[in-house]
Amino acid sequence: MIELSELFDEDAYSLGGDEKSAVICDHLALLSEHHYAHCPEYRSICDAFGADTAKRISHVSEFHCLPVRLFKHYELKSILGDSNVKTLTSSGTTSQQVSKIFIDKQTSQYQTKALSCIMRSYLGPKRLPMIILDSEAVLKNRQMFSARGGGILGMSNFGRKHLYLFDENMRIKHEALEEFLDKHAETPIFLFGFTFMIWLHLIKELEKTGKTLNIKSATLIHSGGWKKLESEKVDNSMFRQRISAATGIERIFNFYGMVEQMGSVYMECEQGYFHASVFSEIIVRDPLTGEALEFGKNGVIETLSILPHSYPGHAILTEDQGVIHGQDDCRCGRKGTYFSILGRLPKAEIRGCSDTYES
Amino acid sequence: MEFDENKLRAVFAEALGIPEADVVPTLEYNTIPQWDSLAHMRLIAEIEDAFDIMIDSDDLIDMSSFAISIDIVRKYVDEA
Repeated sequence: MIELSELFDEDAYSLGGDEKSAVICDHLALLSEHHYAHCPEYRSICDAFGADTAKRISHVSEFHCLPVRLFKHYELKSILGDSNVKTLTSSGTTSQQVSKIFIDKQTSQYQTKALSCIMRSYLGPKRLPMIILDSEAVLKNRQMFSARGGGILGMSNFGRKHLYLFDENMRIKHEALEEFLDKHAETPIFLFGFTFMIWLHLIKELEKTGKTLNIKSATLIHSGGWKKLESEKVDNSMFRQRISAATGIERIFNFYGMVEQMGSVYMECEQGYFHASVFSEIIVRDPLTGEALEFGKNGVIETLSILPHSYPGHAILTEDQGVIHGQDDCRCGRKGTYFSILGRLPKAEIRGCSDTYES
Repeated sequence: MEFDENKLRAVFAEALGIPEADVVPTLEYNTIPQWDSLAHMRLIAEIEDAFDIMIDSDDLIDMSSFAISIDIVRKYVDEA
């Protein structure tokens, strides 16, 4: 079995085919057993569904998955003893209840290393001068990590000379920006932010004031979902277009990730598809039967991650719809499964374990 | 430039806001409130300035104790 520590040093997208599924299956089998032994709620759910965590599983779709909303209703953790644990919460902007994720030192380290391995494929090993498209005020409350603050700090590892572009009122700090760009005129720079913040406080603001930036050699990585942008009728291609027009940036990568599975994010490639790395896998299921669907069919997305040790988040049924396009043969050259997200499931509730689980 | 462990200790103390006497090899990231992820960024920036080096992201992540940091910073200083 290939250990996690070995994977961190490799290219995140070099494993494909049976080799890749073996890695995912081996690790998920260990995680299932681990959580069955240490998380009473997870054990109850598996027992109620007759999921056998001890048997060798031959396909990634056979692992029992938890609906993502379970993390909003229960405090699920598999933490041995009194180790240093931080609680990560989703930002909770669109729903009242927030997910609570318990991350110990080991899992946190895995997440950091996996993310680094994934980002290397897009940014290279060197840390680039970095602009954070947010306000430093987000980090002020350190007691409770919000997903936003956690995301910013996680991505900060890949940059240096960090500039938080917005002041506490989310206004562009033009002077500081000019100074930063002058100083790093010769080097490629890296920008990171959340999609909606970028749209609202950078793009629309620049457009309104008629200003443009000229940072053609920059790479922008963004994440955070499209819910709020959908209401403004903005999709990925329009977002990209307007960014390019306002800033000159052409290397723009969105990523699909969630607070329930930090680290093993799904990065968008140059072809516009999300990719599973060696730390993750994706399955599309029929929303009615739960059956794993073949490539090309639309359904509900399940995300698998081999990183979560301190909480049972290794197999999660999301509330997003998507479609897998293929495996190992994307024109970007990266191996692994590649897919698109087709938005949220319609309001109808997913009837999963969360409704039957009562112990 | 010669690697100087005392200099690194001083940078740690300064960046984390702790006494130099507390900067011992076993000092570990995230075990004291002063050395959290935010402080880590500041620490790395100050180490880079003090030793005139640029640390790769993988090494930045690996610098999880003072002892490991000594090895990593020494490696960069020797290569420079």
